[in-house]
Amino acid sequence: MNAEVKIMRTAAEMAYTDALSALPANEPVRALREKALRLFTEKGLPHRRVEEWKYTDLRALIREMPPLARGADKAAIAEAKKSAVLAKIGAREITFVNGAFVAELSDLEAIEKGLSIRTLGDALKRSADVAALLAKINPNKYDAVFALNTAALNEGVVIEVAPGAQIAKPIHIRHVVTGTAPVSVFGRALVTVGTKAQATIVQSHTGPDAVAYQTNTVLQLSLADDAELDIVRVQAEGDKAIHLSMMIGAIGEESRFRSFALTTGAAVSRHTVPFAYAGKDARALIAGATLLRGKQHADVTLEVDHALPGGESRELFKTVLDDETRGVFQGLIIVRPDAQKTDGRMMSASLLLGENAEMDNKPELEIFADDVQCAHGATTGALDDDLMFYLRARGIPKKEAESLLIQSFFGEAIETIQNEKIQESVMARAAKWLGERSVK
Amino acid sequence: MALLEVKDLHARVEEKEILRGLNLTINPGEVHAIMGPNGSGKSTLSYVLAGKDDYEVTGGSATLEGEDLLELEPDERAAKGLFLAFQYPIEIPGVASMTFLRTAVNAVRKKRGEEELSTPDFLRLVREKAKELSINQDMLKRPVNVGFSGGEKKRNEILQMAMLEPKMCVLDETDSGLDIDALKIVADGVNRLRAKNRGFLVITHYQRLLDHIVPDVVHVMAKGRIVRTGGPELAHELEAKGYAGYENAA
Ligand SMILES: Nc1ncnc2c1ncn2[C@@H]1O[C@H](COP(=O)(O)OP(=O)(O)O)[C@@H](O)[C@H]1O
Ligand SMILES: [Mg+2]
Repeated sequence: MNAEVKIMRTAAEMAYTDALSALPANEPVRALREKALRLFTEKGLPHRRVEEWKYTDLRALIREMPPLARGADKAAIAEAKKSAVLAKIGAREITFVNGAFVAELSDLEAIEKGLSIRTLGDALKRSADVAALLAKINPNKYDAVFALNTAALNEGVVIEVAPGAQIAKPIHIRHVVTGTAPVSVFGRALVTVGTKAQATIVQSHTGPDAVAYQTNTVLQLSLADDAELDIVRVQAEGDKAIHLSMMIGAIGEESRFRSFALTTGAAVSRHTVPFAYAGKDARALIAGATLLRGKQHADVTLEVDHALPGGESRELFKTVLDDETRGVFQGLIIVRPDAQKTDGRMMSASLLLGENAEMDNKPELEIFADDVQCAHGATTGALDDDLMFYLRARGIPKKEAESLLIQSFFGEAIETIQNEKIQESVMARAAKWLGERSVK
Repeated sequence: MALLEVKDLHARVEEKEILRGLNLTINPGEVHAIMGPNGSGKSTLSYVLAGKDDYEVTGGSATLEGEDLLELEPDERAAKGLFLAFQYPIEIPGVASMTFLRTAVNAVRKKRGEEELSTPDFLRLVREKAKELSINQDMLKRPVNVGFSGGEKKRNEILQMAMLEPKMCVLDETDSGLDIDALKIVADGVNRLRAKNRGFLVITHYQRLLDHIVPDVVHVMAKGRIVRTGGPELAHELEAKGYAGYENAA
């Protein structure tokens, strides 16, 4: 056999290479971007023969690349103004419309002491350390989707919480896509939380239905020792969108991290979470609820890497699959030789509502230390007939009875959100999803 | 008009005929008891009346105030006034008792053309009814039946019954697994609900419950049919003689 297989590039892959090489770059990240683009050009989009992408064959799913979004004009800003997601949580909003920062939809007034919020564009012009922070992640380290994001590095947000600062008001990073023509949008958010500091960050993604736009965003987090961070993510993209996202985390000694992700949007989505314990005795909760209908495909892939002793991790994902949807959960917990006393527990539960819905669960443990406690579980089931009959025998109509049971199913994950207002708001969005369900 | 009228009812589950021509007429204000050996089809009758999917009605009819019950969805039957207190109430993890009760009460009220209860009115009503059944507020904060003892589950059934104000109450072995104190609480709860426009069908294996809920009519069921009907004295006779004579009666 000839080992030199000629790699055929798809139209979409070639379009990415062309568009991103033509994109003007900020000087401090030029080299990084070029490296990433070379890498993408070599690798192409991940496909089903790449193990981690077995269930989400991007090469097949992404047929073309829509043109890069050109920022936000007046009409786009007016449209973005109308899209309110988690509007009542009392958060400081930072808004990106079609990838561009929009000052008039952002609140940068009276920033708390110890908090710094800058656009990535600005930060790159002014401080070399931001470029250094970005360069810390070799584009080679993750997959081609990350390489693409790095190759497009241009705009985003840099949020820094100084040591000791307690930022009570949540910061809400909004990513809004507008218009009726498909676009490609990239974004990067960098969040660093200093020693003994604390913050809550919300990230939302919305866009128009019936438009085949694509988004690719990376949230890069780092928590210093004894820091505390809550992340709540709401992915409510339009129904034809392709949404690729990553949350890359590294947490320091005795830090506390909690995250929750609500996924209701996009035709195809993949959320990848590479998460590293960079200090001992750190605790992290990574939770989510994914609610799918129609022909949606949603993939959540976690890789939780315990390298140091005493770490605790909890992963809880609930997936509700209506109609002909496809859900994927891949969760890997790695416990390295030094990570003694690691306590890891991962659960993925799915509820199949549609007869043609399908869930793929792939939980894995790779344990190289001997004194650890790790467990994982995955369940897939339908609504319980006896429970349904009990509720209906009490006069509760079919749809309401189903809603009660479905809500109780995903509620457990939503209840992990600490901030009450955010929890309520996320629950309301999930309840709205239930209200829109058609009952067969 | 009869409240509940069951005529020549046949039903099967998984190809097996369980109800084999059952007749029963209950008038408003009456309390009927059905007694019978295990496996005679008592629970099946209650499920068929309430509309459980697993049972296929192959013949006969069942009407509530003249209206065909068998055509209706389970929730519609409940709205029309049928209530089944389950022999084995199930746990509903993640659904708070209060949410459940409130959803049920308001769903039924809506279908009956009544206004939904306001939060304060609802809470007042639940507290009052719960107190009468010695159900404490902590229980109501928990998910439905989760972690409840057997007796608590049965009392919870009666609470639901009281809240939903049904016309026709079917109680399937509500006495099973209860100690004498719990039995009295449940029986008192049922007796409080006795009214001239309301009917009861009390299914039990033992005569004991009928000392507290005194029936007007007692039926003996065997092999899917009513094989004998009498007054309260029939229950005492069964208690003394057992079901031996009825095992093969049908
Ligand atoms: N869901 C079911 N599937 C199979 N058999 C059933 C089912 N429900 C009841 N049966 C059978 O029907 C018969 C009557 O059961 P049941 O109505 O529970 O009697 P009872 O309540 O009088 O003890 C029994 O033989 C029982 O095994
Ligand atoms: Mg029974």
